[in-house]
Amino acid sequence: MILTRRTILRTGLAATGLLYAPMVLGQAKPKVVVIGGGAGGATAARYLAKDSAGALDITLIEANPVYTTCFFSNLYLGGFREFESLQHGYDKVAAGGVSVINDMATAVDRAAKTVTLAGGQVLLYDRLILSPGIDFKDGSVPGWSLDVAEVMPHAYKAGPQTQLLKKMVEEMPQGGTFAMVAPPNPYRCPPGPYERISMVAHVLKQKNPTAKILVLDPKEKYSKQALFEEGWARHYDGMVEWVGPDFGGAAVEVRADTMEVVVEGEAQKVDVCNVIPGQVAGKIAAIAGVTDETGWAPVHPDTMKSKMDENIWVLGDSSAQGDMPKSGFSANSQAKVAAMTIRGELLQSKVFPARYSNTCWSLIAPDDGVKVGASYEPTPEKIASVESFISQTGEDAALRKATYEESLGWYAGITADIFG
Amino acid sequence: MMAGRRVFLAALVFAAAWGIPAVAEDIGDAVRGETVFQRQCSACHQIGPEAVNRAGPRLNGIFGRRAGALADFSYSKAMARMGNDGLTWTLETLDAYVANPKALVSGTRMNYRGLADPQARAALLAYLREWSDRPRDIPEAEPTARKTDHDLDPAILGIKGDPAYGEYLSSECTTCHQRDGSDQGIPSIAAWPAEDFVVAMHAYKQKLRPHPVMQMMAGRLSDEEIAALAAYFSTLD
Repeated sequence: MILTRRTILRTGLAATGLLYAPMVLGQAKPKVVVIGGGAGGATAARYLAKDSAGALDITLIEANPVYTTCFFSNLYLGGFREFESLQHGYDKVAAGGVSVINDMATAVDRAAKTVTLAGGQVLLYDRLILSPGIDFKDGSVPGWSLDVAEVMPHAYKAGPQTQLLKKMVEEMPQGGTFAMVAPPNPYRCPPGPYERISMVAHVLKQKNPTAKILVLDPKEKYSKQALFEEGWARHYDGMVEWVGPDFGGAAVEVRADTMEVVVEGEAQKVDVCNVIPGQVAGKIAAIAGVTDETGWAPVHPDTMKSKMDENIWVLGDSSAQGDMPKSGFSANSQAKVAAMTIRGELLQSKVFPARYSNTCWSLIAPDDGVKVGASYEPTPEKIASVESFISQTGEDAALRKATYEESLGWYAGITADIFG
Repeated sequence: MMAGRRVFLAALVFAAAWGIPAVAEDIGDAVRGETVFQRQCSACHQIGPEAVNRAGPRLNGIFGRRAGALADFSYSKAMARMGNDGLTWTLETLDAYVANPKALVSGTRMNYRGLADPQARAALLAYLREWSDRPRDIPEAEPTARKTDHDLDPAILGIKGDPAYGEYLSSECTTCHQRDGSDQGIPSIAAWPAEDFVVAMHAYKQKLRPHPVMQMMAGRLSDEEIAALAAYFSTLD
């Protein structure tokens, strides 16, 4: 009997020695398994397939048959986009030569180089890419857990939570209070919470102009702060109150049963409470044992390869790489370096110096867009920022409008790059 | 010094031969920088989360800050004026200031002769940088490493005119510019005549064209890389 990959899978991987048989016989292509079909994982899978011209066996594991991007989900909250416009299927990823499996990875055996899925399937890999995004840190905000997320949504993984938060904002009583508990560093999308405040303010200005927004923030500073503050004063004068750590923003407790936030011992009733807790790498990274005491997965800056396992790469929000913010743009950028270096190892293709970049656009009000970006290069220690730029306060309306329109073009471009 | 330089070049040639990616340069040796700070600066300045103003202002958060911007410190008129004129503390401006304070800010009250050794300055700046905003959290924060001079690339990497390299480089463009030539908010660059492409990219590189994202992207491309990209995009239908 000739051993094929299928027979080996059927025999249940009984003997470790058998795992290497296909390579010995020269029958099987090297296998790359990608866990997580977002900006990092789907990009890596597509680029591996595109550039290896059939020489690799690539499998993408993603729990959702249709993916909802977290980037641009604030624009849905603000009424600038339909929910469906954030959603992307995997048909084109599959058509590009990637086996897409809609299931959840539940275990990684690094010694045997296998991934186990919730449905029971066991997949072999030669190289594994983990791009599972974020999970929330237990106990980050006293009184909050995933159990109360239906009452106090996080809406920081796009999907039903985002729809729930939008409904809550729209149904808020006149003159009510929207509270946000902002996250501590590091977290996904540094300007994200503040763009969200802008979008909620935009909705309230039209539907509920006497409502108030309270931001409870553990950080002294945040990205694009001067731009957001200028925009809030210009468009939503007096609506937004930001409470930093000096006034209790770092020690907030929430009470879901009474809809209260407690700041410096004082309970305050609110009408909507958006809790964005502290974050860690997506759970499968911890299960695989590639995270450290910070909860994130350290990687080599020139490849995105895990520092814990030479056959595993970690991309996007889950990785601890240095200076790049956790963003869809960053994950997409890192995925291309990962795909190139994996091809280099498996197919001896050329490996070029890693380059990374990121730009984050934010919408403050209709046609009032701003951006921040930087380029990055690996140093021996980390991915380091080598140049950055940011929109300026006081820019004219035409430039802000062009910046917003550019962000629409970017969304179309990056989603085509990720999902085909 | 010369010997050190030669070792560095030898390492680069070695890296090229084996296809090991080149890496950016750290600002300097932060551990040495702490010693420099203790010896040269700490009589007047403090740094760190508990730092307070002494004879000189506290130095945490200095990168990216306007000169003379701390509300609770009384600066010389000269320093306040430089801040109003737009002087912001970056790797370059701090390096010049520490090298010779009075050359940058004539009437500064900082009574310091200057630090002539560039490596000691680099070490000091690397140490100071650790106490300013982190780009991971605040992407617009000042850089933490020195940019590679990409005009060295062809010689170092031997990749001149490599079409595969052009295609790899293009993956950075296609995050925004769609390969199929769609044109919405961000212009199409597919099937652009190579000559026009080259001229436009050099105009961004020289910061003649104003767009900040494109200035950043073009700024780190060598002439050969721009040519490779132009050749690649001109072939797309």
